[in-house]
Amino acid sequence: MIEINKLNKKFGRVKVLEDVSLKIDKSGVFAILGPNGSGKTTLIKSILGMVIPQRGVIKINGDIISNQWLYRKSINYLPQIARFPDNLKVAELIRMITNLRGQKSNDKELIRLFKLEPFLDKKLGNLSGGTKQKVNLVLTFMFDSPILILDEPTTGLDPVSLIHLKELIKKEKEEGKTILITTHIMDFVEVIADEIVFLLEGNIYFEGTVDNLKKNSGKNSLEEAIATILTEENV
Amino acid sequence: MFKILQYSFYDLVRSRWSYVYFLFYLVLGFALLFLNNSVSKSIITLMNIIIVLTPMIGTIFGIMYFYSSREFTELLLAQPIKRTTIFLGQYFGVSFSLALSLILGLGIPFTVYGLWESSEVINFGLLLASGTFLTFIFVAISVNIALLHDNRIKGFGYAILIWLSLAVIYDGLFLISLMVFEDYPLDKFSLVATMLNPIDLSRILILLKLDISALLGYTGAVFQKFFGTNMGILTSFLILLTWSTVPVLLIKRIANKKDF
Amino acid sequence: MNKNTTILFILLGFFNLISSTYANSVQVCKSCRFTSIKQAIANTSAYDTIWVQKGVYLEFDIDINRPLVMLGVDTPIIDGNGEGTIINIAADNVVIRGFTLKNVGVSYTKDHAAIHVYKCRNFTIENNILQNVFFGLLIEKSHEGIVRKNSISSHAQEEFNSGNGIHLWHCSNVEVTYNTLFRLRDGIYFEFVSESTISHNVSHNNLRYGLHFMFSNNDNYYDNEFYDNGAGVAVMFSKFINMKRNKFYKNWGTSSFGLLLKEIYDAEIEDNTFEENTTGIYIEGSTRINYRFNQFNRNGWAIKFAGGCYANIFSQNNFISNSFDVSYNSKLNDNKFEGNYWSSYTGYDLDKDGKGDIPYRPVKLFSYIVNRTPESIVLLRSLFIDILNFSEKVSPVFTPDNLIDNSPQMAAFND
Repeated sequence: MIEINKLNKKFGRVKVLEDVSLKIDKSGVFAILGPNGSGKTTLIKSILGMVIPQRGVIKINGDIISNQWLYRKSINYLPQIARFPDNLKVAELIRMITNLRGQKSNDKELIRLFKLEPFLDKKLGNLSGGTKQKVNLVLTFMFDSPILILDEPTTGLDPVSLIHLKELIKKEKEEGKTILITTHIMDFVEVIADEIVFLLEGNIYFEGTVDNLKKNSGKNSLEEAIATILTEENV
Repeated sequence: MFKILQYSFYDLVRSRWSYVYFLFYLVLGFALLFLNNSVSKSIITLMNIIIVLTPMIGTIFGIMYFYSSREFTELLLAQPIKRTTIFLGQYFGVSFSLALSLILGLGIPFTVYGLWESSEVINFGLLLASGTFLTFIFVAISVNIALLHDNRIKGFGYAILIWLSLAVIYDGLFLISLMVFEDYPLDKFSLVATMLNPIDLSRILILLKLDISALLGYTGAVFQKFFGTNMGILTSFLILLTWSTVPVLLIKRIANKKDF
Repeated sequence: MNKNTTILFILLGFFNLISSTYANSVQVCKSCRFTSIKQAIANTSAYDTIWVQKGVYLEFDIDINRPLVMLGVDTPIIDGNGEGTIINIAADNVVIRGFTLKNVGVSYTKDHAAIHVYKCRNFTIENNILQNVFFGLLIEKSHEGIVRKNSISSHAQEEFNSGNGIHLWHCSNVEVTYNTLFRLRDGIYFEFVSESTISHNVSHNNLRYGLHFMFSNNDNYYDNEFYDNGAGVAVMFSKFINMKRNKFYKNWGTSSFGLLLKEIYDAEIEDNTFEENTTGIYIEGSTRINYRFNQFNRNGWAIKFAGGCYANIFSQNNFISNSFDVSYNSKLNDNKFEGNYWSSYTGYDLDKDGKGDIPYRPVKLFSYIVNRTPESIVLLRSLFIDILNFSEKVSPVFTPDNLIDNSPQMAAFND
């Protein structure tokens, strides 16, 4: 479904991705991990076409994505920071995105789930960070697409919403979707992820299941396993 | 693109600043007409204001809007929409809402005052057309700057600098070079220099109507041909049109290459 | 016109009336005894009347050398066929009324005219249509005449092969009124003409001047209209002239003026309208002229001084929407601006006496710059120029600091 071949990206003189190749052709939850500045967000944004790589090819569902936009119909994206036009109301924003995508959405259900009803008529500028993140989640999960990309989905969420989020992800996985997640919360990864893609200095350092990673490093928890990798590499 | 345009437009139309801008022109229009008691005199005063103000407001509004909607733009970029559609939609949304403030803000007082019965309708229309052109041109320029510079303070500085250069400094250098080279025939030079600055160009367009008597006082055959025939108005309009399309094409180019 | 000449006119007219009652009248037409005008003149005696019936008469060099009244019935046409002058008048008390004269011969050596008046007194030329002329009326060394309600036109293309509409040379006490003149070299031309009046004429689309006026003292001209003339109106080397209620408009071009004044002394210029001219009034070497109640609208330059102007007074004029109100080429000023209305005045009137509380400076720094570098006109009304003008207004360096209107009016004067 997602096929990345020798992707290279430099910002100025800084190499962020170097010959990254990755193939994801099955459903499940894939956690993209790595220290700060390892190129996680750049990789995600390249898939979305927001970052334009210098070299390399990305294919979604078999088609090369450069200069295309319609393929994004099959991707739901949750951006890292949720900021919206301050003058728009929550309901208007949801209506607008639905209108722009022209796809069926189950926003009502999600609004109920995150208890957003009282905020529907509020302007986005007046919402707290956590509420904005909930709106952000609604916008991401309300469409039925085969690929989901979530950039730090847990930021600012209260425990109840976090549980809802996990349930949502589980449900999508059961429907046979491919879900890419970046996060720094390792507990979250352990619970939810099927496979891990570990990025280090613009390269894919490890690709495989959580258990494999633990086995390779000889540690019991994911956190420790990753810490070991990082110390071995002297990063 | 129309959907994006629509949303940007409504977003801006509801913002406080659009109201302030609209009310400013409304008050200005009524005040001028009340103080001058004459449509034609008000139009001359207005011309001085519009030539300076519309580029400035276009620049500041344009750059502010694009910086403040940066995250929203990213949200849109993840949607199945073409990149240029997003930026052109936003660009037209901003420009239309500003132009609307200008046209309504001045149109209402002048209509109330009886513009349509006066002989100044054409001059007034020309004034609004120039103001609209300048708004579109300078919003486009500021969008380019916003796309090229992620650092807001830098971008804002450049935008103001460009406005200042084209509104004042350019004319100063222009005048100095005319005076330094006064022994040479300068009519072609001065026409070309005028065409290269959209503010000067729209000023000339209005001068052709308001000050034609003075413009025809100069001997040069090129001037005579330019100002004495319809060629002047036609050429000015064409070049103003070029001025408003080139920055838009640049927006497309830059937007397609940019990382977010 | 003074009182004596008026009385003289009345007496002459009376004499004319008495004499003509004893005179014979003669008819000219295709079936009359006389079929040509020349024939008829040859068979008349002084003070006879010739009635010319409708028709086309191919004649030129018609000499009138005794007092005669020539009357056209239903405007007969005398066609000169481009051969030379059509009518030569060399006698006193001649009247020519109601003719169409056309096709005067063009010559580079002789001044052919539709009607040539030479050394005559008491002539009347009235209600004629003069078309395709070289000169229209050429009046030399003649006195006490009336030129009224004629329409004179040609197709002037170049100055060297075209002539003037009404050309007076060494005349006095002539009234030129209600004539229309167009497509000539100069509409009306006066040289060495005194005690005469030019009024209610319309002179337009002439190649050079609508009115060209030189070495002519003690004349009046009022209620005339001059527009679209190549160089406007020129009044030069004359004293004691009154110009009132004339309109000068749309005289466009580099050396085109609503009114050009050169070496004029002691004139009154009142109630005139100068509208949309490149230069409203161009003044050179003129002294003791009073400009009052004039209207200057939308001219490039309302008033342009070119030096040598002393003791001129401008008061109670309206200056409305001119690109430049006054342009001045030296730092010395001996002219006075007092109590005019300036539309570009931005001062205030706190004591409510109808006059602005701070003086107005009609000369802008930019007008100096344009005088020096004409191309800079394209920068008119730009912000940079406004800033320049403002700084000059605050501390004058280039403009005469006494060239100010101390009591600028807050409201325009009404006609």
